[in-house]
Amino acid sequence: MNVVAFQQTAPEGALSPARSGLPAASVRGLSKQFGAGPVIMSGLDLDIHHGSRVAIIGANGTGKSTLIRMLVRLVEPGGGDIRLLGEDVRKLDAAGLKRLRSRVGFVFQRHNLVTRLSALTNVVHGVQSRMSGPRTWTQLLAPREVRAEAMHCLERVGLADKATARIDTLSGGQSQRVAVARMLMQRPELVIADEPDASLDPKSGEEVMATLAALANEQDATLIFVSHRMEHAIRFSERIVGLGGGKVALDQPSDTVSEAELTRFFHHD
Amino acid sequence: MTEAQTRKAGHLPPRIERVNPVAFTLTFAVAAFVIWSMTTAGPSLDQLARGLPNIGNILSRMFPPDFERIDRILWSLFQTFQMAIAGCAIGLVLSVPLGILAAEGLSPHPAIRTAARSLIAVFRTVPDLVWALIFVIAVGLGSPAGVLAIAIDVMGFAARFFAEAMEETDKGPREALSALGANRLGMIMSAVLPAAAPSMIATSLYCLEKATRASVVLGLVGAGGIGVELKVAFDLFAYQTAATIILVILILVIAVEQTGGWLRRKII
Ligand SMILES: Nc1ncnc2c1ncn2[C@@H]1O[C@H](COP(=O)(O)OP(=O)(O)OP(=O)(O)O)[C@@H](O)[C@H]1O
Ligand SMILES: [Mg+2]
Repeated sequence: MNVVAFQQTAPEGALSPARSGLPAASVRGLSKQFGAGPVIMSGLDLDIHHGSRVAIIGANGTGKSTLIRMLVRLVEPGGGDIRLLGEDVRKLDAAGLKRLRSRVGFVFQRHNLVTRLSALTNVVHGVQSRMSGPRTWTQLLAPREVRAEAMHCLERVGLADKATARIDTLSGGQSQRVAVARMLMQRPELVIADEPDASLDPKSGEEVMATLAALANEQDATLIFVSHRMEHAIRFSERIVGLGGGKVALDQPSDTVSEAELTRFFHHD
Repeated sequence: MTEAQTRKAGHLPPRIERVNPVAFTLTFAVAAFVIWSMTTAGPSLDQLARGLPNIGNILSRMFPPDFERIDRILWSLFQTFQMAIAGCAIGLVLSVPLGILAAEGLSPHPAIRTAARSLIAVFRTVPDLVWALIFVIAVGLGSPAGVLAIAIDVMGFAARFFAEAMEETDKGPREALSALGANRLGMIMSAVLPAAAPSMIATSLYCLEKATRASVVLGLVGAGGIGVELKVAFDLFAYQTAATIILVILILVIAVEQTGGWLRRKII
């Protein structure tokens, strides 16, 4: 299967040279509090370079999901500055935000596909990042090039043979790979993934992570992912950022940390 | 078990904890109103005594049904069914956008959502016969008035259930589409409608049953369909013809209900 091939090409924790000096994401003094609830983030600073692969870790409820959601304003930031792909995220109007989001591929913990529709139609939906109208709603109406590109994206995640299968007939791992294919359809410059491996069995979770890392690498896209699996965090990133106390509490190159150290980081919190 | 628990278990609670004077008065008032309504509006005993034999009399005069004009009756029944189909189709098609405007999270603005919900409430609360009367005045006697009345009645029902079905769909795919920069319409058409489709089809089938039942009585107020034949038959004391009409109506309604029920079970 293709995925196996991806796994082989995936660089395993190797620190690749910074491809450009410009940060893909730059966060300054970010803070967040939901209503009158506890302060989740206070004065968080973080820079992520173009083309790098960064793992975000932290105990449950430390605000990992909140942080990456705020980057594209799926959650509204409380205070501070966010620059993403050269845009001042908090100053964008609705149209500007849509344009920015179309450049960012987001993979969720759940696959978030329409389960009653085919894999191909779900991947075709990804083209809505740059097109609109009935021809983007279903593979049935999609233009030839769009269908071809969607098929190609499915091939890249090793699921070309499942194109016509409904999502509710696929396994969890396969569904998550379809979600990755939909994300590829966006031709993203930045890939953000929130525990894409969490709801899967160890093997499928690893396949999904390997696919993501390899694809991001292939297209020179930046990858920011959250994972609760320390071996994934180390293996598929070149830098590990740990959240704690509403700030960055750990920031190290992945090849200098051990699983034991990371586990200690969690228990220390 | 400790001693305290044993004592508690053996001790039965009183049947009535305590009498709430407000609740007691209200219950009493409601009961009084029900009895008063029954005595003033309901039939008196001697009306019942005279009425029941009359019903028997009418039923016996209906028998045997007169199939003399069955071709005309069936044609009229067919037109009635067409009226139901047309009204239902128009109502369902309009219910989709109306339902979207009324659905939380899909409506473009809370004010629009409130307006849409109010409109649906008006459509629903005014009875279909009243709509028919209004449209008979507006567009004249005949089936167009009936089609419009059915369409409005269907919207009052379907738009509300469409909105609920859409609200209940999984938020995940919606969020995924807005996260990739899709517009609202794309998100609705790609993620919401496909997920809500089974429930919306079930609602639509039910609406067809409802519309069929409505279509047979709209003729009574001149809005087209077989109802007018029934009225004429009764006015002319042609009870045997009326019996035939009632019979074919019954067959149509039961056929539509059975087919609809069967299709709904297949979808779910
Ligand atoms: N929409 C919301 N409204 C209120 N509180 C929220 C909301 N979203 C998140 N929170 C709270 O914010 C805190 C951080 O949540 P978040 O989901 O970002 O944590 P996380 O690090 O991703 O945790 P996990 O490892 O469980 O995914 C939690 O205490 C959570 O309950
Ligand atoms: Mg999370």
